[in-house]
Amino acid sequence: MSNPGKIAVKQADQEGIDDLYKKREKIYQRHASGFFQKIRVATIWITLGVYFLGPWLTWDGRQAVLFDLPERKFYIFWFTFWPQDFLYLSWLLIIAAFALFFFTVLAGRVWCGYTCPQTVWTTFYMWIEYITEGDRNKRMKLDAQPMSLNKLSKKVQKHGLWLTLAFWTAVTFVGYFAPIKEVFIDLYHLNVSGWAAWWMLFFTLATYLNAGWMREQVCMYMCPYARFQSVMFDAETLVVTYDAGRGEPRGSRKKSVAREDTELGDCVNCQLCVQVCPTGIDIRNGLQYECISCAACIDACDSVMEQMEYPKGLIRYSTENAVEGKPSKVLRPRLIGYGTVLGMMVLLFLTAVFSRVPLELDIIRDRNALYRETWEGTIENTYTLKVMNKTQQSQEYSIEVSGLDNVIPHIPEQVNTLPGELLTLAVTLEMKPEDIKERNSTVYFKVTSLNDPSQEVMEESRFLSPRK
Amino acid sequence: MTGTDFTQGWVNGWIITIVLINLLGCLWLLWWTRKRPEDTIKEGESLGHSFDGIEELNNPLPHWWLNLFYFTIAFAFIYLTLYPGWGDAKGVLGWSSVGQWETEVQKAENLYDRLFEEYAQVPVEQLAANDEVVKTGQRLFGNNCAVCHGSDARGNKGFPSLTDNDWLYGGSPEKIKETLTNGRSGMMPALGAALGDDGTKNVAAYVLSLSGRSGSGDAEAGKEKFTMMCAACHGADGKGNPMLGAPNLTDDIWLYGGNEATIVETINAGRQGKMPSFKDQLSPEKIHVLAAYVYSLSN
Repeated sequence: MSNPGKIAVKQADQEGIDDLYKKREKIYQRHASGFFQKIRVATIWITLGVYFLGPWLTWDGRQAVLFDLPERKFYIFWFTFWPQDFLYLSWLLIIAAFALFFFTVLAGRVWCGYTCPQTVWTTFYMWIEYITEGDRNKRMKLDAQPMSLNKLSKKVQKHGLWLTLAFWTAVTFVGYFAPIKEVFIDLYHLNVSGWAAWWMLFFTLATYLNAGWMREQVCMYMCPYARFQSVMFDAETLVVTYDAGRGEPRGSRKKSVAREDTELGDCVNCQLCVQVCPTGIDIRNGLQYECISCAACIDACDSVMEQMEYPKGLIRYSTENAVEGKPSKVLRPRLIGYGTVLGMMVLLFLTAVFSRVPLELDIIRDRNALYRETWEGTIENTYTLKVMNKTQQSQEYSIEVSGLDNVIPHIPEQVNTLPGELLTLAVTLEMKPEDIKERNSTVYFKVTSLNDPSQEVMEESRFLSPRK
Repeated sequence: MTGTDFTQGWVNGWIITIVLINLLGCLWLLWWTRKRPEDTIKEGESLGHSFDGIEELNNPLPHWWLNLFYFTIAFAFIYLTLYPGWGDAKGVLGWSSVGQWETEVQKAENLYDRLFEEYAQVPVEQLAANDEVVKTGQRLFGNNCAVCHGSDARGNKGFPSLTDNDWLYGGSPEKIKETLTNGRSGMMPALGAALGDDGTKNVAAYVLSLSGRSGSGDAEAGKEKFTMMCAACHGADGKGNPMLGAPNLTDDIWLYGGNEATIVETINAGRQGKMPSFKDQLSPEKIHVLAAYVYSLSN
């Protein structure tokens, strides 16, 4: 007692104030409904639908989207991508990055609120929680209760549904990498291979933990996007905004009091906007990095404004400038810049993908002998041609040699390949000594598909000889 | 090879000590820094640091993150124990990169051996007409034979072409397999000393005349010497002897070159031909498939 400072520290310790780590507070999100929530439900159905139905689509008698890792072939409808085509993936990632920049500058974190898998699954999980355990108040009461048959039954239902959805998510994920029909047959016979079982377990657990337990923690502490969004935001970015000028001073009032007759602003301080927030913030404190732009507070506030017969939009999608009454200018250099780059990348990507020649030629010169002098005095060079048929059809190819005058090629006139085959062909070029002009000359091999002459590649190699 | 092959025993203990100090040091650091000793700065308040007008606020991480840190340290201990982690200890799982490679090789062999065994039941002549088998054989050839015979199998000086149906030791499937399995040693003795300069030239002229050409020496005189010194192996008619690997000298196909200077050199200094045995590298089933590929080149 003689040292009050010490006691103060101890108290602080108990309250966790001087803890470098913060105790997580559980968020009981109140169910929200309204215009923006309808849009979110629609985007959630669309994104989940694409994800869950994706691997069931068929194309040409096989799974339309299949990433066959052991074979290193990636089927996306009529395309078969090979490891050599990974360039396209990096282009796609560049496009995704610029799309993120563009839309963040334009409309804030719409990705987070409407389409991010973390949000999509979490929202679905919250909906399951809502139908099994009831809304916010009921859940808070239920959690405060001691364990009972009723509580147990509700918890079992919730976690059972969560786990089912998580497991289905995991099986679907595995179905993108192994034929999903076989995966289901194996599952039915309880005959799943070790790796598939491991990934199913992993993704079941990851989905269950992320969408059921981690939720906003992922967005707040794990996702880098929340942290670097601020460099893309400016005063013209569309964000979920509380119109403080209109709302303050906040305070509760009787509905019978007319709007004109009160000193108070439009905010009735009902706390609904806080209760519906999935990340547990108070939007009235201004823009915060936790806000995932889901607009639940807009819908909640609008419903209250409707009841109060006040105009809607006390909380709304708006820009800093608009709220402050300054003139808005959506088209600004930063947006135009991002938009131009994004458009260019998309255009380049589409051009590259659709003009891609599904045929590849690699030429490997024999390494053991630079050239071979036949006993007749002619010079021979040997090449191994690797002809990759990247199409999903059989192809007949012709092979032509150019760049050397009077070359005597020992090459089959035509070679046949199966779909997706890598053909290895050893070929020889022969030259008479009098025809050789240089010790080291360039020679071109051209492979053309006889079935589709637009499939044509030409690669160069060298013809070496002992003479000048 | 174990660590002790090139280090002394104490190095192991040293390494283990460093690893332990690191891990336990991290653990202690986490534990020690998890609380602010005498802090009253509350969440969201400034920590008093300011850079370019940007203030650092107290924004604590959630507690589960601290647990994640602890978990990584626990994981380190588990991982180092399961895998070769503590000094030169082999680890509980007994994993090694060589072992993993061997498992993968075994897996591939289990897969492909069945195929090779199936092929081994089929005669070589029949296999040579099977496109799949020929492609498999081509890959075996590329890995084992192309270094000397060329990936097109057209050979090189001293290494016979396998595409021309001219055989030193016989081109029947059995002979090809025999060559692959046991290897061959060709031996042309050096006759320069016995023949003398003129004698060598004359024999070379005779040898050239066998394929309708002529040299600077006297072919008639050469014929006499040939019958005496060369016919034992190459035959009186110069058509060679596949039992000995003595080449046919009448068909204008030359292993080391067919101009006069090269022939003189061959007679003078002799030649040593060596085809290695592959029975240690390739299973009999694989040799069977390889023989089918070689057979397919000229049939």
